[in-house]
Amino acid sequence: MTIIHVLVAPFAYDFMVRAFIAALTVGLLCSVVGCYVVVRKLSFIGDGIAHASFAGIVVAYLRHMDYYVGAAIMAVATALGIGFVTRRGNVSLDTAIGVLFTGAFALGVFLMSQLKNYAVDLQDYLFGNILGVSQLDLTLTVTLAAVVAVALVLLWRDLLYTSFDPVVAQTSGIPTERIDYILLVLLALTIIVSLESVGIILVAALLVTPAAAAAQLTQRLPTMMAVSAGIGAFCAVGGLYLSYYVNAASGATIVLLATCCFFAALGIGQRVKRAA
Amino acid sequence: MTTAVAVNIAAVAARDLEVAYDDGRVGLTGVNFTLTPGQVMGVIGPNGSGKSTLLKATAGLLRVRSGTLLVFGKQPADLEPGSIAYVPQIEAVDWHFPATVRDIVSMGRFPKIGRLRRFSARDRRLVDEALGAVEMLGLAERPIGQLSGGQQQRAFIARAIAQEPAIYLLDEPATGVDAATEEKLLHLVRALADGGKPVMMSTHDLERAREWFDRLLVLDTHQVLEGPTDDVLTAHPGLSHSHAHGHHKP
Repeated sequence: MTIIHVLVAPFAYDFMVRAFIAALTVGLLCSVVGCYVVVRKLSFIGDGIAHASFAGIVVAYLRHMDYYVGAAIMAVATALGIGFVTRRGNVSLDTAIGVLFTGAFALGVFLMSQLKNYAVDLQDYLFGNILGVSQLDLTLTVTLAAVVAVALVLLWRDLLYTSFDPVVAQTSGIPTERIDYILLVLLALTIIVSLESVGIILVAALLVTPAAAAAQLTQRLPTMMAVSAGIGAFCAVGGLYLSYYVNAASGATIVLLATCCFFAALGIGQRVKRAA
Repeated sequence: MTTAVAVNIAAVAARDLEVAYDDGRVGLTGVNFTLTPGQVMGVIGPNGSGKSTLLKATAGLLRVRSGTLLVFGKQPADLEPGSIAYVPQIEAVDWHFPATVRDIVSMGRFPKIGRLRRFSARDRRLVDEALGAVEMLGLAERPIGQLSGGQQQRAFIARAIAQEPAIYLLDEPATGVDAATEEKLLHLVRALADGGKPVMMSTHDLERAREWFDRLLVLDTHQVLEGPTDDVLTAHPGLSHSHAHGHHKP
């Protein structure tokens, strides 16, 4: 088997083509949005929103709605709820997330346990099933990813200033509260887009790991995003190939590859620092 | 004539000012003063006396509960974006953020150029001039994580200068910096005032108050004293000593 054959073989199947496009989109999007997650120390939020969206998926299943819609409503609601409780309540961010996400996840498990015939495809959302991505799913994934990308470009300065120095950004006339909420919504949308590919349990890793790896190698946010996007895309596509040939769960393979990239970046970063 | 009107408007005017935190606690009461353009006012008092509270209220970050606090005759929030340069204490941000000194100073231009307009040649020149003013042109491309405390402070002030503000509010810029940096800051602050800008600056250190400040405002959750530096120091001879060394309150 030649290298070319190895690379091209999976594309003989339509579902594999869709899987590769979905993986690439998700890899790019998560790793770019993930840079804000890392520099703003929001890692826990990604996990929280993803878990909370599970309740939305179960409700959508019960009501025979599209899973995407259920997950999106629950994810955005949780994201805004976390923002609101942190701003208005007398609790810290991690406490607000801890309360809301476990509550919402518990609601999902509670509803699922009420189901007479245990639904296997709900499990797909916990662990991801990238090979089951339909044409409609793919269209939704790419569209939502494009919306998030455009928002990131248009709000670049607001997001940058608010991330580094929210107080001074506010005195400079930047609507920091609104920007914070918008970022949470963008994060929620990113997670929704990624659920079918990597699943609820692992999506947070894709949000954090490529960006954390890029942080070891770069010293400005734009370069960090570019490197993170490269790592994210490589891990998504590479992980999918690997999972195809070793016949393993795709989401887990992608995340494991990203974890390897992180440790490689850590090693390179240390060596560069020592050399400097 | 418009110029005559402009001269008559105080840079900052506080009347019976009472400021509350977001949770409703009162942070500061009974504050009255007028700061005119070209003056440096030192805001002094022990920890928790309301120095930062006053600066934050002037920057529009805290609510005025009663009385008035006008900046150039307006509520701070009604001023044009970028009119107020608020320089927080350097501990207020995470210096591991992936950015260079130039990136941080460039943020000072954001209020003026908005969301999408490109940096013009003038914007870039103003950033360079601001870096030059704090003697950091040579460090412009350095990641901010590698700066010393004094350099971080100067980067913050450069960002404020690049903003071309109408007023500077500096929260303890001279705290925790070495003697050389303090000397540079002193010259810088005096130069800003000589250029006609009003400056409000909180500090612990009153040893060289006469060199730094035209006026002093002494706070202890309420206003203790306010006036020209000489008058305040004469009325309260123990002040500079006790604050400089941080014991036995006046």
